[in-house]
Amino acid sequence: MIFLRLFLVFSKIGIFNFGGGYAMLSLIHNEIVEKNHWLSPAEFTDIVAISQSTPGPIGINCATYAGYTAVLNDGYPQWAAVIGAILASLSVLWLPFLLMLTISKLLLRYSKSTVVTTMFSVLRPAIVGLIAAAAILLMSADNFGSPTTDTFKFITSVLLALFAFFGTIKYKVHPIVIIILCGIAGLLIY
Amino acid sequence: MTDYINEQPTSNPPTRHDSSLLQFLIFSKIGAFTLGGGYAMIPIMEREVVDKHHWLSHEEFLDVLAVAQSTPGLFAINMASYIGIKYGGVRRGIVCSLGVAAPSILIILLIAMFFNAFKGNSIIEKIFLGIRPAVVALIAAPCLSMVRTAHITRYNIWIPVVCCILIASFGVSPIWIILIAGLCGFIYGKAKSEEK
Repeated sequence: MIFLRLFLVFSKIGIFNFGGGYAMLSLIHNEIVEKNHWLSPAEFTDIVAISQSTPGPIGINCATYAGYTAVLNDGYPQWAAVIGAILASLSVLWLPFLLMLTISKLLLRYSKSTVVTTMFSVLRPAIVGLIAAAAILLMSADNFGSPTTDTFKFITSVLLALFAFFGTIKYKVHPIVIIILCGIAGLLIY
Repeated sequence: MTDYINEQPTSNPPTRHDSSLLQFLIFSKIGAFTLGGGYAMIPIMEREVVDKHHWLSHEEFLDVLAVAQSTPGLFAINMASYIGIKYGGVRRGIVCSLGVAAPSILIILLIAMFFNAFKGNSIIEKIFLGIRPAVVALIAAPCLSMVRTAHITRYNIWIPVVCCILIASFGVSPIWIILIAGLCGFIYGKAKSEEK
């Protein structure tokens, strides 16, 4: 039953999501692409592109789109996909909500304590590793083209990726601008 | 202006009387107009919640930040939920978190339907062929900027490196990494606080 599985998987993603939208991308990628094969790597990157260029938290955008596409890919009609999308987004929310409701007083008391700050000082570097792993796993033939069979696409892709990487890191170009520019480049080149 | 709300005890939400609908709409507005989400939303939320509508005092807002940061889940949603909970309990918490999520869900649903209708369209396919490698780079880029915010030094650089290898090469689930890193951090922190 795809709906039950969507609910369970996205609840899991919600409760284990420390460290913001990008950390959540790594969880979504692992659960949705690698484990459940609800989306192909290319579909996943498309969703990230759209999530980055629309308002609202990237995590919710991504959950909505992934829920929609997962149900559709499973052979259900569009109305079921809409339900899947809403279900996936709400599944992400409810466990952290319950947690805040029940232990917010504790969190408040201990959020500056040595134990909690030390815990986060270990978690944060680990999360950087998580995000890096997601990026590495996405550097696949699906997204970049194969270097042997499709050399032109591969080289173009590497150049576009380098442009995007240094554009954000060095020149602080907004991700949306980069996405639009690379979209135009794709249209002109291919 | 803010002093007036400071005098109200935080444990006494019924003295606050703005309607659920208004709160839902204000949070929808915040959700609909913040690109990038997360931390970009803090100043906007503070302006609406503290300065404009006096739902919370400035001190209460700082509490919200602390709780939202130490709870798993999406930061912006956590902020909205806890603002609502502090203002008027569970019901308002649900209203505010759904408010901030609603525009995203709607916009993405429309886009998803649109793209589904144009699946296989050669123009859209070409555009995305250009976008895909860029998106991968955009996911990789925050790792560099996070080196500073996550306080990565040459003494703990092994943590992200080992985590990355475990996931990318050995197929370990990120959830295990988070569980184990959290547990190690907890034990380390316990030991540290007992040393004091």
